[in-house]
Amino acid sequence: MARRDIRAPFIPERDKDKTPILECVDLGIDFGGLTAVDDFNMTIGRTEIAGLIGPNGAGKTTVFNLLTRVYKPSRGKILLEGRDIESMNTIQVNKAGIARTFQNIRLFNELTVLENVLIGLHNEMNYNLLSAVLRMPHFWKDEKIAKNRALELLSLFGMEDLAGQKAGSLPYGAQRRLEIVRALATNPSLLLLDEPAAGMNPSETSELMENIRKVRDTFKIAILLIEHDMNLVMGICEGIVVLNYGKIIAKGTPEEVRNDPVVIEAYLGKKGDVPC
Amino acid sequence: MKKNYKKIPMPVRYAINFVLLLAFLLIVNALIENKVISRSNSIVVVSIGINIILAVSLNLATGYLGQLPLGHAGFMAVGAYSSAILVKNIGATWLTIPLGMVFGGLVAAIFGLIIGIPALRLKGDYLAIITLGFGEIIRVVLLNIDSVLGFKLTYGAASLKNIPKTTNFINTYIVVIITCFVIHTMMKSRHGRAILSIRENEIAAESCGIKTTYYKTLGFVVSAFFAGVAGSLLAGNLGLLNPQSFGFMKSIEILVMVVLGGMGSMAGSVISATVLTALPEVLRAFDTYRMVVYSLLLIIVMIFKPSGLMGKYDFSLSHLLEKLLNFKSSRGKKSEERGS
Ligand SMILES: Nc1ncnc2c1ncn2[C@@H]1O[C@H](COP(=O)(O)OP(=O)(O)OP(=O)(O)O)[C@@H](O)[C@H]1O
Ligand SMILES: [Mg+2]
Repeated sequence: MARRDIRAPFIPERDKDKTPILECVDLGIDFGGLTAVDDFNMTIGRTEIAGLIGPNGAGKTTVFNLLTRVYKPSRGKILLEGRDIESMNTIQVNKAGIARTFQNIRLFNELTVLENVLIGLHNEMNYNLLSAVLRMPHFWKDEKIAKNRALELLSLFGMEDLAGQKAGSLPYGAQRRLEIVRALATNPSLLLLDEPAAGMNPSETSELMENIRKVRDTFKIAILLIEHDMNLVMGICEGIVVLNYGKIIAKGTPEEVRNDPVVIEAYLGKKGDVPC
Repeated sequence: MKKNYKKIPMPVRYAINFVLLLAFLLIVNALIENKVISRSNSIVVVSIGINIILAVSLNLATGYLGQLPLGHAGFMAVGAYSSAILVKNIGATWLTIPLGMVFGGLVAAIFGLIIGIPALRLKGDYLAIITLGFGEIIRVVLLNIDSVLGFKLTYGAASLKNIPKTTNFINTYIVVIITCFVIHTMMKSRHGRAILSIRENEIAAESCGIKTTYYKTLGFVVSAFFAGVAGSLLAGNLGLLNPQSFGFMKSIEILVMVVLGGMGSMAGSVISATVLTALPEVLRAFDTYRMVVYSLLLIIVMIFKPSGLMGKYDFSLSHLLEKLLNFKSSRGKKSEERGS
């Protein structure tokens, strides 16, 4: 099988005739002397589920931090639906349509599950401070709509019964799911999931796979996920990019990537997960 | 079980709270009118109210927003002086008294804005250092300046005297209720949740599209506003203002109230402000050793209950009623079940 050009875009057939949701062009970032990501070229289709894999320390989370403007790139550019996000900050990028979860979970631990999701829905409501303090009809209306929406989103992941619990008291798997729900609440067109299955048992993981697919089908959005669980990655991703030492070493369908000698070597060269 | 939980509808809940609060106002006022509560004790009741406003407003910035301002007394001073000067010069009427309070609050809020915008853009503990400096600067400036633009206004170390004594139990009580109501309703809204999300995890808040700098500034400015209002009340309670009473120790005193009550609990702030204000009056000897006792209390609480008296728990009168109602009905149900 011929190797795919790692600089050329690769998106599913059905998304071909629309502007890709995301294009990274020659993206790179240095931390002092360390080049964490370099020559990163990736294109994601409107409704694609894409995977970003690679050994520990390859630079995957750094890519997410570049996409959400937590870090400013040293080189290259990022286009969201064809629009350069250069001038945006993290908050504006979220409003423009990128939502994310974190590898080390970042929930609002002391607040309830419902409140966590309502914070995700913050910008969906638009009553001002005065109507809140005076409890005007606008306040009640927006709050009611938001609450129903939050419960609806929670029920996608079977979590509506946990609405009143403190987020910090949830078991690990539920916390990861809640982070996804909170991200979804911000109404993204691109959802970034950083190791969503980390710490989950096999049955939770397969349920998660179904849910990720369901999310894509329901909201018609693109999802980019970082994951070490190869069953999950190979099971749901349509396009996969493999990163090693900050550079893309392979790109293609799960089939292509799985059998790529360069990928196998990158993984076998160190102890860690092996594809398949 | 959960489905059967009876909830009191919102309007009824507000009505219940209103009636209870009004009843309390009338009872205490009657006690003061009939001299059951002596004149000197009624001044203590007013200072309790003022300290409640200070603690509840500082709790917004520390407990809810998660910052550590150390200059709350500075905002109080700014509010006290500006409202005192205004009311003294235009005369105290039913209209100028609340106007003076709002004016004091607004001037404090403007100072809060000027300090908050640069300090809160930065992540970390800059706010603590900057507000600490601010509090001291305000005190030293007030101490050394006795006229502004040629007008003799603040009287420096000689104290600003002859301020109309406009503060009484009724208007203090009303301002306490308004303060608690505004901060409570604000916190139970999208704006309040945004403020809480910053305390919980600033990076996650940003990734949810929360304008963190805006909400940090909002929380801080509202906190400064009510400190200024409390200052206005203080001016009208004492009739005299001296810059030395707004020093660093006053800021710490308010902070101790918040920490003891439980950061992030309005009920905790109210209770601990009440107890810590009343205590020195009840135990006269206590007054000399007040700061020593405060420190000891703080150490003891930090050892045995680091989250403070109430933790983050907040109660409401109507919730309490709700619980009682449900307790009765669930007991009723249990015996039914046993019967069948
Ligand atoms: N803020 C930073 N400052 C300096 N170096 C950094 C910073 N962030 C990341 N790095 C470095 O960049 C490299 C890539 O890190 P990154 O977290 O992106 O890896 P990863 O692929 O997500 O790994 P893992 O699978 O373990 O999560 C690492 O060598 C890391 O030490
Ligand atoms: Mg990572």
